[in-house]
Amino acid sequence: CRCRALLSRPAGAVRARRGLAAGPEMHFGFQTVTEEERREKIYQVFENVAKKYDVMNDSMTLGIHRVWKDILMHKMNPCPGTLLLDVAGGTGDIAFRFINYVRSVRQRQLQRKLKHHQNLSWQEIFDSYQKDQFNSLGDSQVVVCDINREMLKVGKQKAQHLGYSEGLSWVLGNAEELPFDDDKFDVYTIAFGIRNVTRIDLALQEAYRVLKPGGRFLCLEFSHVSNPLLSRLYDLYSFQVIPVLGEVIAGDWRSYQYLVESIRQFPPQEELKAMIGDAGFFKVDYENLNFGIVAIHSGFKL
Amino acid sequence: GRARPSHSEPRGRDGRGGEEEEEEMEGWHPLYPGHIPTSPLQKALLAAGSAVMALYDPYRHDMVAVLGETTGCLALPNLRDKMKNHPEGYRILQERPRIRLSTLDMARLQGLPDGSLGREYVRFLEDNKVSPDTRMPPKFVDDEELAYVIQRYREVHDLMHTLLGMPTNMLGEVVVKWFEAIQTGLPMCVLGAAFGPVRLSSRKLQVLATELVPWAIRSGLNASCVLNVYYEQRWEQPVESLREELGIFPPP
Repeated sequence: CRCRALLSRPAGAVRARRGLAAGPEMHFGFQTVTEEERREKIYQVFENVAKKYDVMNDSMTLGIHRVWKDILMHKMNPCPGTLLLDVAGGTGDIAFRFINYVRSVRQRQLQRKLKHHQNLSWQEIFDSYQKDQFNSLGDSQVVVCDINREMLKVGKQKAQHLGYSEGLSWVLGNAEELPFDDDKFDVYTIAFGIRNVTRIDLALQEAYRVLKPGGRFLCLEFSHVSNPLLSRLYDLYSFQVIPVLGEVIAGDWRSYQYLVESIRQFPPQEELKAMIGDAGFFKVDYENLNFGIVAIHSGFKL
Repeated sequence: GRARPSHSEPRGRDGRGGEEEEEEMEGWHPLYPGHIPTSPLQKALLAAGSAVMALYDPYRHDMVAVLGETTGCLALPNLRDKMKNHPEGYRILQERPRIRLSTLDMARLQGLPDGSLGREYVRFLEDNKVSPDTRMPPKFVDDEELAYVIQRYREVHDLMHTLLGMPTNMLGEVVVKWFEAIQTGLPMCVLGAAFGPVRLSSRKLQVLATELVPWAIRSGLNASCVLNVYYEQRWEQPVESLREELGIFPPP
């Protein structure tokens, strides 16, 4: 039966898992497909789930994904004036958090400045306030880049709905071949996206290329749980509950089956750390969240 | 055939492979196009989730379908056996006819005399602006023949409306569900019959309780199995005569 062939994972799949140039065989969840097929299938998955993406994230992780993204932002600790590239940023969660964070940092900056202006005349204070008021983000900017039109569409609608407009731009692009010049960005993030990239090595190289020297690479992604008991519970939840949630909430079992399978196929923490180092980054490290269900990898371009 | 987990594929990156557990799905093979093999736990979760979602959002017809599939494990074999033991039903199981726009000759059916099954069926489709192609194919039934049985039940549903003379509004659907619940014993029909009236006005509820439901129940009990009728070969038959043959009482 053809299904058996699709479900087996030959040796080529091991190399394919690393996302290296390993010939035409790749993994799509637990299936074996060609590179081109994989890209297409993944595009379709996100096209199908785009509208229910946020609802599903909340249901599957019981809202905890918000905490993970907040932790990522705190780790980044951006100051006003930072130029962020959020790749696979689809529905904008990281971008909006960045804007909020930078705005509040900027607020505190302005308040401190005002405190130091106690000896100025009212006119001088008024003038400086005027100048800064229109710069609530302090020249910070975030570019959201995603390969999937539907995800970007949802992101733009969300931005409009939530009132985000300043310092935000949306670009259709492929993580393996970014439409940006070298040495442009201060920070590069990819949250829950790198798992879906077909050639992870290329994406890491592109990340290195577009970052300025001194720039930081941050990757938030599902990773591997080493604790055996927790791992079993996590597997049980992933394989039994998540596709059911996908069917009931989004009417789409298969996309969420793919999702849980793709998490299992993704390189574990140490392997990803090595790959990031191979791309040229220094001071590569990772932090496990929730015992390794999620990990934040970080590296610097020096 | 029945889906069973295979014990051959290794799985998991950290070499946990070889040993198959009930939860892992990649060893299970689909039995028909669109089949998604599921474990008992998944079926239970699906049944619960789809029931809640179907009540919460009545436009999620796919949830009603999923509920039917995940709860039909006793009723479907019963239905299949009823069909097997009846000459016409047996033929249907062998030939597997499908009611779809591509298989129906709409022009011919429209040309049939008024009162015939074909003419009234087409009239029903036009009046209510429905099409037989909107029926969801089964996904979670783990037996290929039973999957056909539930597919047949779904495709015959519109013909039920025609035979019972019920429109596709909420009231009409509930009446048909009562009839189908008696006829098929599918838990999804029973739940639909019980919870459907929740969204009806009190006036309609009264009509439902006093006239329509008793009639539907009596007809359902009296009638022979509606899945044992090869409808595609009876388009010319007058609806009245078919009702009599089956044992459905005239609608109030």
